Amino acid sequence: MIEALGLSKRFGHVEAARDVSFVARDGEITGLLGANGAGKSTCLRMLYGVLTPDSGRACINQIDILGETSRARAHLGVMPHATGLYNNLTARENIQYFGTLHGMQRRMLKSRITELARMLDMQEFIERRVKGFSQGQRIKVALARALVHDPGNVVLDEPTNGLDVMAIRNLREMLLTLKAQGRCVLFSSHVMQEVAALCDRTVIIGRGCVLADATLQEIRRRSGRESLEEAFLQILGDAEGVS
Amino acid sequence: MHTLFSVFAKEFLDNLRDRRTLISALVFGPLFGPILFGFMVTLMLKQSVVESDEPLQLSIAGSENAPGLTRYLEAQSVKLIKVDLSQSAARDAVRRGSVPVVLVIPKEYPSLFAASSPAPVFLVADSADSTTRKTADRARRVLAAYGGTIAQLRLQIRGVNPVIALPLAVNDVDVATPTGRAVVVLGFMTYFVLFALLMGGLYLAIDSTAGERERGSLEALLSLPVPRASLVGGKILATCAYMAISLALSLSAFVFVFRFVPLDRIGMSANLGWGTALAFFGICLPFIPLGAALMTLVASFTRTYREAQTYLTTVLLVPTLPIAFASIYSLKTQSSLMFIPSLSQHLLMTSILKDESVPLLDVLVSAAASLTLGVLLFWLTARHWRRESMLG
Repeated sequence: MIEALGLSKRFGHVEAARDVSFVARDGEITGLLGANGAGKSTCLRMLYGVLTPDSGRACINQIDILGETSRARAHLGVMPHATGLYNNLTARENIQYFGTLHGMQRRMLKSRITELARMLDMQEFIERRVKGFSQGQRIKVALARALVHDPGNVVLDEPTNGLDVMAIRNLREMLLTLKAQGRCVLFSSHVMQEVAALCDRTVIIGRGCVLADATLQEIRRRSGRESLEEAFLQILGDAEGVS
Repeated sequence: MHTLFSVFAKEFLDNLRDRRTLISALVFGPLFGPILFGFMVTLMLKQSVVESDEPLQLSIAGSENAPGLTRYLEAQSVKLIKVDLSQSAARDAVRRGSVPVVLVIPKEYPSLFAASSPAPVFLVADSADSTTRKTADRARRVLAAYGGTIAQLRLQIRGVNPVIALPLAVNDVDVATPTGRAVVVLGFMTYFVLFALLMGGLYLAIDSTAGERERGSLEALLSLPVPRASLVGGKILATCAYMAISLALSLSAFVFVFRFVPLDRIGMSANLGWGTALAFFGICLPFIPLGAALMTLVASFTRTYREAQTYLTTVLLVPTLPIAFASIYSLKTQSSLMFIPSLSQHLLMTSILKDESVPLLDVLVSAAASLTLGVLLFWLTARHWRRESMLG
């Protein structure tokens, strides 16, 4: 379970996050939806503890990420905005590196990578160097890297950005598998259809504030619109003062 | 400790597979310097040997005006080439470069010489050209010697003891040992050694910081449950390892190259065997963490590979500054200078080359000063990595 408790962050004159609170539950996929520059990445970065909020707290499985960073991160897998891999290393070595940094023992790490390779269908290229991998292959390696320590919570920042259709489809299936395994999945996106297709719960963010935190049906009902797109637009429009 | 080692192992392996890093760390840095240096020194030595051995060649115009001078020059085994040029024609010929140096003896020479008045001769040469300048210098010396002889003869004829005209007897006493003289030439070598040392870690320092940021793997790395100081430590340690390898290769190359440099031909001996190379390695070893931390710190502030490259090229020049000052003010090895990194290494290595005794205390002070600064830079780097702005 991931909790944002009144997170605020200011960069100079820009308020990137204002009192952001929401909960992402285990066994659910939570989508963080918002336009570019709405503050999604800032929120996620505070959740995995690379940014310190000006006020508020972030908890992973009820462990404060800033108070007990290492213990909290042991339950958290992160796939940041850029899924950078080390091109000179093989897929296995990439995953292994993060595993050892998580303090995993060699034997356990080996069996875990075998398991991940099967789960994400990577057996074919696991021993190859990452240089020249397709986007789909890269995203699999990056996801396996985030999951290597078997965390209960997974945070993905704009995971579909720059992916082709096949890769997006693959990713969607992988996220559903994670959900089925009972993990808490939180991802951000600016593409409404993606969120609609995957999420049990949607948190809409605009100008650093939470505008809505509900299931899709609730959002549709509350806005009184049939089409999801119009419902989103109305919520966003209200906040922007456009109507 | 575990994190430190994991990061070290990964960076070491990652860069071992990178052709660019390998070429610069293990080929360009350590080998380019010694080879270029050996080539330069050989060329310089050959040139100086050849010039003093060869007889002086001089074009002479109007030799019929001064038969005595001509005979004297020939007796001094100066090769005279008689040319028929007026003074202005000689000037043009030298300017064009068709003749290197021309001695012009004007028509009024015989009468003035006979009257014991200063008789003019013109030595036409281009002083901007270093090779003809040397020829002109030699010609000037021979002419001065002739002048001296004539002066003495004139005094004798007038019944005056010519010794009166020699108030001073200057004796040159050169205390430079053969090795000492070589040091002037070999002084450059210490810079090549420090250059190779820094070059060895340059690309790793860039790749493990700016490279990590540019390829987008930094944020994932920073979100791991590990202390930032051990991440930085592992990266700096890997940089150190490459620098040490580069240093070892560079010194080996120097030992090898100096077997083929004919230093002995001009009475010099370069004290550079395997023992010296080992001593150099020991002296430079404390400079490695300092250089690695400095390059990592500078590269940590940059956003891209290219930007880091630009800044680090400047860093490569930093160790030259104290060495340049040392040669301008011709500083001698002294204990107070051992607190200045790069300069202390330069002075210690030079001392060893000169076969001077090196106090152990100086070596220890040099090592301690470099290591202290290295630790300080590491601390600054780790502090920078803990900042939010590290994400970029």
